[in-house]
Amino acid sequence: MFTRATEYGVTDNALFEYALGLGDTALVLGQRMAEWLGKAPSMELDIAASNFSLDLVGQAQLFLEYAGEVEGEGRSDDDLSFLRDAMFFRNLLIVEQPNRDWGVTMVRHFLVSSFLVLQYEALASSKDERLAGIAAKALKEMQYHRRFSREWVVRLACGTDEGMKRITRGFDTLWRFTGEMFELADFEANLVNGGIAVDVRSLEAPWTTAVDDLLAECGIEKPTALQMITGRYLGHHTEHLGHILCDMQYMQRAYPGAKW
Amino acid sequence: MYTTDLRTAEEKAKAAALEKLNAKPVQPSDATFQARIDQDEFIEAKDEMPEAYRKTLTRQISQHAHSEIVGMLPEGNWVKRAPSLRRKLILLAKIQDEAGHGLYLYSAAETLGTSRGDMVDALHSGRAKYSTIFNYPTTTWADIGAVGWLVDGAAIVNQIPLCRTSYGPYARAMVRVCKEESFHQRQGFEIMASLAEGTPDQKRMAQDALNRWWWPSIMMFGPADEASTNSEQSMAWKIKRFSNDELRQRFIDQTVPQAEAIGLTIPDPDLKWNKERQSYDFGELNWDEFWAVVRGDGVCNRDRIEARREAYDEGAWVREAAEAYATKQRHVAVAAE
Repeated sequence: MFTRATEYGVTDNALFEYALGLGDTALVLGQRMAEWLGKAPSMELDIAASNFSLDLVGQAQLFLEYAGEVEGEGRSDDDLSFLRDAMFFRNLLIVEQPNRDWGVTMVRHFLVSSFLVLQYEALASSKDERLAGIAAKALKEMQYHRRFSREWVVRLACGTDEGMKRITRGFDTLWRFTGEMFELADFEANLVNGGIAVDVRSLEAPWTTAVDDLLAECGIEKPTALQMITGRYLGHHTEHLGHILCDMQYMQRAYPGAKW
Repeated sequence: MYTTDLRTAEEKAKAAALEKLNAKPVQPSDATFQARIDQDEFIEAKDEMPEAYRKTLTRQISQHAHSEIVGMLPEGNWVKRAPSLRRKLILLAKIQDEAGHGLYLYSAAETLGTSRGDMVDALHSGRAKYSTIFNYPTTTWADIGAVGWLVDGAAIVNQIPLCRTSYGPYARAMVRVCKEESFHQRQGFEIMASLAEGTPDQKRMAQDALNRWWWPSIMMFGPADEASTNSEQSMAWKIKRFSNDELRQRFIDQTVPQAEAIGLTIPDPDLKWNKERQSYDFGELNWDEFWAVVRGDGVCNRDRIEARREAYDEGAWVREAAEAYATKQRHVAVAAE
């Protein structure tokens, strides 16, 4: 038996929302990485991208399976993945942003995996044993993602002018979505107090140090954003998520109730 | 098959003329070489070998590698749309295996003296061939089942004997490839089986996929023996150990009962069990279609090559930056010494 969050005085629904957020972020990023299949700049990178996708979709499966159990209405990981519309998705907006090119993809992957490593590190000691277990497994995977994407950002930015241009563009276009990672939703506060969820606000400082360090190594000026764009817990997404779901959910929508 | 000689008659004639023009005097090692082959020895990368043996193998192994890489595209077409998370994960892993096979095979081919870059160039410029099967479209999810079941199934029948092919690096690559292919074949069959016992729509989807993939799959083994000009020498060199027709028959005999087991119908009215031969008789294959697809007139030939070229061209700046970075790092290292 694992420890249920309800024993710590928070509602099942908050935990459900929280697990959804973790699962959806992994799922949407996994779907994005899968888009590289057959299209990466080299065969080795093709394999790397599909590895990342495998890791992330695997994490999503575990988080969403748990979310379904917490909700208690009989929804499976597949039901949650394929039968919710965009407004019910809780992923970070940054992961739904388009791949653009290998440079932008690597910047996105570094920004997100650096965050996820910190989040999973903390979540691995959650009082919710189920979340802790998934986080501990996912942590090892994300540490590799972070190292890999960091190396590629440096390699491209310090390799050629073209590489520098594209990496800089990656930071510039994605920066406005980074604030959301450190935003604590109201419902999360209870979970944090109960030792279930991670207080993401505490992750901003170590994340910023890691990013500043990389920017300095590449000689890239730190981007600024007049306004951070957020909205995942309100179900307010960018235009991209709907299109991702069109692809991802197509079969389940076209053949309602069928088993695959 | 991934490895069948897909050169048209004109291409073969041209290559033969070139070879004649460049022919060296009889290589003294030829008799010794054949003796080694006859004793079932493996030929290794640094061993002496007749130039024609090297060329045949380079063509065959690189074509095999190209087939793995191009073969990622029709299946990749469904990764984003896989109908469940489990299916998505399995499909991702399968396509990743294929990329791995491609890399592995390019390395095996490189031991014969041609660089991966040159081989990839040959693919992109249309000089090199890949299996015709990947020029057929994957239009429904059931096609992912059919490709795994039939295409990978056919590949296994062809590749198991290749585990004992005379060139060592190729044979060893095949041992590993075969293990993974049998997992691919099973997952394809499992997709078909669950569709076949699903809703009427799903069953129709499965039967339609079988209808479209059956004939192209059995054509993968290449032209009938009497029309297969290159086979004899390859058999003598033990690059090839069974004829196209033998392998085709083996595949049909093992696949028909599988189709029956899940209630699907092989789209061949002439298919009949022959008690005497203990094998299935089957209908005429449409070789005109086969050669049309080889020549570039399949539904997807242009799309496939275009997709590979596009990926390669769009990745050029990445490879250049990585190369430049590596050079800079080497300079830093040298300066530090």
